[in-house]
Amino acid sequence: MNVALAKTGTGSTASAVFAAARSRLSGNAEIAELCRQAFETYERLGLPHRRIEEWKYTDLRALVREVLPLAPAPDAAALARAGAAIKAHAIDGARRLVLVDGVFVPELSDVAAVGAGVSVRELSDVLETDARGDLLQTASTDAMISLNAAMATDGVVLTIADGAELAAPIHLIHVATAASASAFTRSHLSIGNGARVTLVETFIAAEGAGAYQVNDAVILWIGDEADVSHVRLMADASDAVNITSQVVTVGARVKLNFFNMTSGGAVSRLQGFFTLAGEGSELSINGVNLLKDKEHGDLTLVVDHTVPGCTSRETFRAVIDDRAHSVFQGRIIVRPDAQKTDGKMMTRALLLSDEAEADNKPELEIFADDVACGHGATTGAIDESLLFYLRARGLPEKEAQALLIQAFVGEAIEQIANDALRETVEDAAQRWLEARR
Amino acid sequence: MPLLEVKDLHVCVEDREILHGLSLNVNEGEVHAIMGPNGSGKSTLSHVIAGKPGYEVTEGEILFNGENLLEMDPEERAAKGVFLAFQYPVEIPGVATMTFLRTALNAQRKARGEAEYSTPDFLKKVREVAKSLNIPQDMLKRGVNVGFSGGEKKRNEVLQMALFEPSLCILDEMDSGLDIDALRIAADGVNALRSPKRAMVVITHYQRLLNYIVPDVVHVMSRGRVVKTGGKELALELEAQGYAQFENAA
Repeated sequence: MNVALAKTGTGSTASAVFAAARSRLSGNAEIAELCRQAFETYERLGLPHRRIEEWKYTDLRALVREVLPLAPAPDAAALARAGAAIKAHAIDGARRLVLVDGVFVPELSDVAAVGAGVSVRELSDVLETDARGDLLQTASTDAMISLNAAMATDGVVLTIADGAELAAPIHLIHVATAASASAFTRSHLSIGNGARVTLVETFIAAEGAGAYQVNDAVILWIGDEADVSHVRLMADASDAVNITSQVVTVGARVKLNFFNMTSGGAVSRLQGFFTLAGEGSELSINGVNLLKDKEHGDLTLVVDHTVPGCTSRETFRAVIDDRAHSVFQGRIIVRPDAQKTDGKMMTRALLLSDEAEADNKPELEIFADDVACGHGATTGAIDESLLFYLRARGLPEKEAQALLIQAFVGEAIEQIANDALRETVEDAAQRWLEARR
Repeated sequence: MPLLEVKDLHVCVEDREILHGLSLNVNEGEVHAIMGPNGSGKSTLSHVIAGKPGYEVTEGEILFNGENLLEMDPEERAAKGVFLAFQYPVEIPGVATMTFLRTALNAQRKARGEAEYSTPDFLKKVREVAKSLNIPQDMLKRGVNVGFSGGEKKRNEVLQMALFEPSLCILDEMDSGLDIDALRIAADGVNALRSPKRAMVVITHYQRLLNYIVPDVVHVMSRGRVVKTGGKELALELEAQGYAQFENAA
C-alpha cells in the first residue's frame, strides 16, 4: 500500500524518476546494485508522512507529494548564474567547494587551496573508481536517507589528516539554478584525530531557480580530540524544498560546536543524528529558524550518548511570522553504559502572528542511572510589556520588535564559537529582520 | 498655555471605569506631586499619558503643548518629550543597555528631524551622567536592567531621563522598593534635572519621597478623580491624617 501511495499526483512515480536518473549515476556494477537496493528500501517506505512518528509534524506526502526529476547537469549559463549567487554569500578567507544542481564544479571551487593535510575528491569519482560502497551506507532506516543513497549524483569526499590545523574555513556551497527539478548530493567528511577544522555549509538559489528540491546527506566522522566548528545556513528560495540529513559520529574528547539557521524554503528539514562514540566529548548543538509566509522549517536532532562522560547542550530558537510552521524535535538517548552523561536541551519559539505555529517535541530516553539530563520548551508571543517599554523610550513598534527578536535569537547565535562566523550569522538574521519591516 | 492639560478624563480598563473625569494642568518648570491611596488611579493616569495599550479613553482629552496626545503612538509621545519613569522597569535580556540607550536616543532624534549623536559624543554624555548617578560602567554593558537591584533599576530610569532630556517627566512610584540611600541617589538625580523648561509629575503613595523631591503643587487623588489640590504642605497634612477624609469626600 505504501508503494501505491508514493506514486505522485502528476503521474510520474518515484521509480520513473529513479529509472530516468540511472544514466547520471555510477556505472560501476557494485555501486549500481547498492543504489538499486537503497531505492527498494525507499519504495517500501515511501515519502514519510504523519503516521511515521519521526515525521509527524513534517508530512512530506502532504507538503511535497512527489519527487521531482533530476535537474540536468548545469550548462555554462547555469554556472554563470551560480557564480553570481555565490558572490553574495562568500565568506572572507574561506575555501569554497561548490555543488551546482547536484554536481561538483571544480572551476567554482578552491580545490587546490583547501589546505595542507586535506584531500578533496568528488563522490562520483570515488564511487566509480574505488567502488566505495560504504559511502552509500548508514545505520539509518530513514526513507529520505535511503532515497539519498539511491539518487545522489555527486558530493564531496573530504579527508582531513590527523593533527591538521586548517586556518581557513572550508565552505561547502550548494547552489540551485534549475526550476521544478531535484538535486541529490551526498558528502563524506572524515576529520582526523586532533584536527582543528571550521566547516560552513550554505544552501542558496541562483537567479531563475525555483520550486526545486534538495536532498542532501552529510556523513561526518570526527576523530579523537578534534576541534570542529560547523555552521550551516539554509537560505533556499521561498518555494523550494530542502531535506538534509547529517549523520555524525563523534570520537573521544572532541569539541564540536554546531549551528544551523534556516531562513527560507517552502519546506525545510535538517535531521541531525549525532552519535557520541568516544568518552569525554563536548557537543554544543544550536539552531535558529526564521520563518515567514507559509514556510515550514523542521530541525530534528537525535543525540545518542553511547559512552560515559560526554556533555551535550542544545539551544534552539524559532521566530515564526504569518502562517509559517516551525518544528523542533530533540531526542537525547543515554545508553546503559553512558554514565555521567550531562545532556541539556532548551527550545523556545516566538510567534509573531496569530496563525503562526510551533511544535516542540523534546524527548529523553535514559537507560543509565547516574546522569544529569534536562529539557525545556516555551512558545509565546512578543512580551507586550517589553515592547511598550521600548516604545515609551521612542523606538517605533517595528524597530522595537526587531530589537527584541534579535535578542531572542541571539541566545542561540551567541553559542557559535567562531567570531567571524557568528557575525556572518548575526548579519544574516539582521537582513531577515530588515526585510520584515 | 499649560505644558500638560488633562481635561475631564474618563478611562476604562476591560469595561470598568478607573478614572471618572480627572482634570489636571501642569506648567513648564513646575513639579507636581500626585498622592493617593492604592487603587485611586494614579498609575492608570501615568500609563494613559505615556500611551500604554489596554486603556480605553471614553471621554475627555490630554493636550501636550496644545497637541492631542491621545492620537499619538507611545514612540511619538516620547519624541515630543514625554517620559515615564516606570514603577517596575522591565528586564530585557540580550539587549545591552548601551545599545538600547543609543537606539532609543537616536530614534527620538530622528523622529524630531535632528541629527543622530556621533558615537564619541554619545559615549561621553552617557559616561558623565552615569558617573553622577553612581552607575558603574559594567552595568551599561549588561542587558537592560538584567540582574539590576531595585535601586539600580530606578537609577537607570533617571539616567535615561537625563539622556533624553524630556520636557515632561512622570515618575511612577519611584520610591517603591528603595531603601533610604538608594532613594536619595535617585532623588538627587531627579533634582539635578529640575529646570524652568521641564515639568515633573511625581506619583507617590508616601510623603517620604517628597522630602527629597519637593513639589510646587500637590494633588490628592481618590477613586479616579483629583479631590484636592494645594501646596507642598498638603503632603504633610496627608501624612498626619491619612487618606480616609478624602475617601469619604470622593
